[in-house]
Amino acid sequence: MKNFEYATPTTEAEVLELLADGGQAEILAGGTDLVGLMKKMVINPDRVVNVMEVPSFKTLEQLDGGVVAIGATVTLDVLLSHPYLDPYPAIRHAIGGIASAPLQCQGTLGGEVLQRPQCWFYRGGKGLLAAAGRDVEDGDNRFHAIFGNSGAAKFVSSSRIAPALIALGATARVVGPSPTDEQFLPVEALFRIPRHEGERENTLLPGQVVTHVILPPVDEATSATYEVRHGEGPDYPLASAAAAIRFEGGFIKDAKIVLGQVAPTPWISHEAADAIIGYSLNEETAEAAGKAAVASAQPLSMNGYKVQLAKTAVKRALLLAAGKETGGF
Amino acid sequence: MAEVSYTWPAKDKTSVLGKRHDRLDGLAKATGAAKYTYDINLKNQLIAKGLGCPHAHCRITTISADAAKKVPGVVHVEILRQAGAEIEWEGELLAVVAAESEGAAAEGVKAMRDALKYEALDVFVTEADLEAAKAAGRTTAGAGSTTLEKEAGDDEDEKEFEKKEIERLLKESAHVVEGFYGIDVITHCCLEPHGSTVEWQDGKLIAHHSTQNVSGTDDQFAQPLGITAGDVTVHCDHIGGGFGSKFQADYWSIAAARIAKETGRPVKLMLDRDQELKLGGSRPSGYIKVRLGADKDGIIKVWDSEHWGTSGASGGAVAQGVVPYVFTPKNLRRVVTNIKTNCAQQRAWRAPNHPQGCAITHVAIDDLAAKMGADSLEIFKKNLGTDDEPGVGGAKPSVYAAEMDIAAKLMDWKAKWHPHGKGPAKGSVVEGLGMAIHTWGGAGHNSTCRLKIYPDGSVETQCGSQDLGTGTRTVMAIVVAETLGLPVEHIKINIGSSKYPESGPSGGSTTVGGVSESHRRAALDALAKIRDLVAAKLEVNADDLVAAGGKIVSTKDAGKSVSWKEACSLIGLKPLEVEGKYVRGMTPTTMSSGGVGGVQMAHVAVDRETGVIKMKKFVAVQDMGLIVSPKQAESQIYGAVIMGIAFALFEQRICDPKTGVFVNAEMATYKLPRLGDIGEIVVELYEPESERSRGVIGLGEPPVISPGGAISNAVANALGVRVPILPLTPQRVLEALAKTPKA
Repeated sequence: MKNFEYATPTTEAEVLELLADGGQAEILAGGTDLVGLMKKMVINPDRVVNVMEVPSFKTLEQLDGGVVAIGATVTLDVLLSHPYLDPYPAIRHAIGGIASAPLQCQGTLGGEVLQRPQCWFYRGGKGLLAAAGRDVEDGDNRFHAIFGNSGAAKFVSSSRIAPALIALGATARVVGPSPTDEQFLPVEALFRIPRHEGERENTLLPGQVVTHVILPPVDEATSATYEVRHGEGPDYPLASAAAAIRFEGGFIKDAKIVLGQVAPTPWISHEAADAIIGYSLNEETAEAAGKAAVASAQPLSMNGYKVQLAKTAVKRALLLAAGKETGGF
Repeated sequence: MAEVSYTWPAKDKTSVLGKRHDRLDGLAKATGAAKYTYDINLKNQLIAKGLGCPHAHCRITTISADAAKKVPGVVHVEILRQAGAEIEWEGELLAVVAAESEGAAAEGVKAMRDALKYEALDVFVTEADLEAAKAAGRTTAGAGSTTLEKEAGDDEDEKEFEKKEIERLLKESAHVVEGFYGIDVITHCCLEPHGSTVEWQDGKLIAHHSTQNVSGTDDQFAQPLGITAGDVTVHCDHIGGGFGSKFQADYWSIAAARIAKETGRPVKLMLDRDQELKLGGSRPSGYIKVRLGADKDGIIKVWDSEHWGTSGASGGAVAQGVVPYVFTPKNLRRVVTNIKTNCAQQRAWRAPNHPQGCAITHVAIDDLAAKMGADSLEIFKKNLGTDDEPGVGGAKPSVYAAEMDIAAKLMDWKAKWHPHGKGPAKGSVVEGLGMAIHTWGGAGHNSTCRLKIYPDGSVETQCGSQDLGTGTRTVMAIVVAETLGLPVEHIKINIGSSKYPESGPSGGSTTVGGVSESHRRAALDALAKIRDLVAAKLEVNADDLVAAGGKIVSTKDAGKSVSWKEACSLIGLKPLEVEGKYVRGMTPTTMSSGGVGGVQMAHVAVDRETGVIKMKKFVAVQDMGLIVSPKQAESQIYGAVIMGIAFALFEQRICDPKTGVFVNAEMATYKLPRLGDIGEIVVELYEPESERSRGVIGLGEPPVISPGGAISNAVANALGVRVPILPLTPQRVLEALAKTPKA
C-alpha cells in the first residue's frame, strides 16, 4: 500500500473541499472493497476521504408522499432490518445475498453501489479493459459479460443492490465538484461502459460524491431480486435479476427488470418487461420474460452457461415478486 | 524393578483414554491467546515482501533493486533470480524487499516490478486437454502397468497379447462402462500463509516458522546458511493450516534469515494471500479415460484406463497405484501420462493421490451401477470380495462391509435410494445418493518423548512434535494421564520446538501413532520407577502397584496406597526424567499399526435450472484402530468432510489459458464452502475390538479421500447424468445437462 493522506470530514462541504484539492482522491465509504484494492496497489490514491463521519450521509428518512431517502453511508445491516425498507423486498433480497455479517455491518449503500468490478484481470493489475478487451476475449472469461461486451469492456458490474434500486426507480443525489453543484440522477445514470483505459465504470466526475439514494413511493409495486449463487457465502452471484412489477386487475400493468453480473453496467431488459406487460404472471409468462431477456445475449468463449442463469434469474425474480414459488433453490 | 508392559488398557478399563475431552488449547485458540507464527512480532523487526514473477513463463532480462531502494523505508533488497533466469510459473519470487513497514515493503516490491523486464515464453496451463498437451510437447510417459490373469504364450508378442486380451475381456463382459472423469488442481490455501519471523542471537538463528515439521526444519535452515542444525532453533506453537505443504524451510524464509543477518535486525516474511495460493502448495490434477467390464452381477472383471494430469512445472500425474482406487480387479491396464505446466510444483496434499484416485475411479463404478439400473451400494459391496479372497486393498473387506451397513443405516439409504435420474423432482430440484470408500496407512512415525516428574507431583513432557490443529497436545496429555492415573489437566505438554527430543513431521497421518507410542512408553517407564519407590515404602511388590485415581495403589490390598503427590515426594530433590522412544519398524509394538478403511455416503440436491448443488447430508464411518480421543477424532473427520465438500463442489485453481496467470488466487474468487454449504454431517467412529486391538492408527488423511467420489456419485444419481470433472460447479452441471437431453 502506498502512503496516503487520510481525512475524516464531518460536513458535506468539507468532503467536497477535500476531494477538490487532494491529487487523486478516493472516497472511503466502509472500505470493504477500497482497502483491498489499495493493499494490492491496484488503486493508489494520494488522499483517502473517509465519509463515514458525515452525519448528513448517515440519515434514513421517510419523506412526504412515501419517499424514502437513504444516506450513502447507511450500513447494509440497517437496511436489512429497517421498517422503511419493508415495501422494497428487492433491496432486502440483494443485501441478504451478501451472506456475511461483517460485510453487511461494515458495507454501506453508497459503497456497495459504487464498488469496483470484481474482474480478475482488473484486480490482477491489468486495467479495467485488460489489453483493450483481448485478455478477456482470449482468456478465462467464465464470469464475464454476456451483454454490452462488444467493446473493450467485458467485466461485469459488481453491485448486487443497484439492479434492485434501478428496478424500483431510485435516484441518487450527487454533489460536487463545486460546492453548489447538486444533481438528482436515476441510479442507472451512475453507470457507464468505459471505452478507454482510465475511464471508470461510473459517471461521477472527480470531486463528486453520492450523498443519498432516494426511493420513490412504492405505489403498489411488488419487487424481488433473485441471485444465482454458487454457495451460501458472500461470494458474488453468477447472475442476478431484480424485478419491480405493478398489477392491474390481475394483469401486469408495468414492469422494470434489471439484470446484474451480466454486463459492465446493471442491465435493464426492456425486452423482458415488454414480454409480460398485459399478461398475468405465472410460470409460463415468467419463463417467456426470461427468454426475452437473454435473446440478445452475446456470450464469450467460456460463459455461455450464464445465458441460462440470467434467464432463470429473471424468471425467478418475477415469480418471487408475485409471491409465487420459484421451483428451485 | 517393576515390570513394564507396553500395551494399552482394555476399553472397559480406561479412565481417560477413549473418553471425551475438550481440546487443551481450545480456549487459547478461541480467544486469540494462542500465538501463531503470523502473530510473532519482534522488537525492531523489518517486514519483508517478495516480488512475484508476473508472467507464467519468461526469461528475466532486467532486474534491479535500484527503484526499490529509493522508496522511503526500504532497508534491504535481495535479488533471488538474476537476469537470464528462466522462470516457469507466475508468482515465483524473484526478489525480497525488507522495509520498516509493510507498506514500504509493498511499495518497494511494486517499484521493482514496474522496472522489471522479461522476455515472454510459451505458456501451457490447460492440462485437462491431453491432445493439446501433446501438441504443445508437454507430455512424458509415466509409469504404467498391465496385470492379466492369463499369460502370453511363449511365442506371442506380449503387448499384442495384452491388447487382444483386454479387448476380449471387454467384449465378453455383460456390462461395459466407458467414461471420462477428472479432478482439477486445488491449492492448500492455508489460512496462515507460509513464512517466518527470524532473528539471530550470538550467531545462532531462531526461526519462528509456520511448520508441520519443527524437528526436521532446523537442518534445512542450517545448510544454506552455513551453520549447523544445532545453531538453529525452529519454533512453532500453533499453525494455521499445513495439510502437507509446510515441511520445508522454504527459500523465502531462508532469504529472510540472510537479510536478518545482513541487517542485524529480526525479519518477518509471511507470503501474501495470492503468493500463498500460487507458491504455498497445490495438489495434482487427474483426468482419466476408462473402459470397465463387469459380469452380469456387476463384478468388475477388467479395467482399462489412461490417465493424465499435472503436478506443475516438473510434470507428474496421479500415481498409478490408486487407479482404480481400493478395488483390485484381476485384469488391469493402466497408462499414465505426465504433463508439464507453467505452474508451481505440487506439495503433498492430505492423503497424496488418494482423493484424486477415488474421485476419478469410484465414479466409474457408480456409472456401472447406473448402467445396470442397480443400487450403487450393492455394486460397491459385491466388488469387495471376502477376507479370504479380497477384491480390495487396504482394510479387510469385512471392515468395509460392516462400515457400509452402518453408513447405509445412518443415511437411511434403502428408503432414499432411487435408480440414477429416476427420483422425483420438486420443481427443478432433484436429489440423489452416492458413496465411495477409502483406505490409508497411518502408521506412527519416529518419536521421542522426554517426561519429567517433579517431586511436587507435577508432570511435564517435551517432544519435538507440533499440533497441526488436530489436537496433538490433547492426545499426548490423554496418553500420559491415563498411564499415570491422573487427570488430563495435570499434564503439561511442551511441543513446537526443535530443541525438544526429535519427533517426526506431521504428515501422512503418522503423528498420533508416533506420539502415542513415545508418550505411553515414557510414562510407563517413569511409572515403573515410581512404583519401585512406593513398593519400598509400603513394603509391597512393585508389580502389584497400579496408578489410578491420583494414587499409587496395591491391587492386592486396596488399603495400601499413597497419593500421587506423596509418591512423587519419594523421588528426591531432582525430578525424575525418562525418555520414551519409538522407532518405526524397529521398536516391537502392539500399541500402534497401520491400514484403515472408511466408507462415506452423500445426499445432495441439485437445481437443474441453475446447476447449483446443495449438500443435504453426509455420513462418514471411519476405522482408526484404537481411538485415543473420540472428540478430536470426530472433529478431524468433520474437518476432512468439509475439506472434501470444498474440492467436490467449490475449489479449483483457475489459470488463464492465455497468460498462465493464476487468476483466482484470492479468497474472494478461490471458492470455499461456508457453513451454509455443508449440510448435515454424521460421523461414526468404528472401533470394534477386532480393530481396536490393532492399536493407534492415524486419522488425518483417510476421511478427506472419499467426499469427491461420493458427492459426484450423488449428483449423478440425482441427475441421471455424470458431471465429469470436479469441482462440480454450476457451469459444469449445466454444460453436462446441455449435452444430455432430458429423457
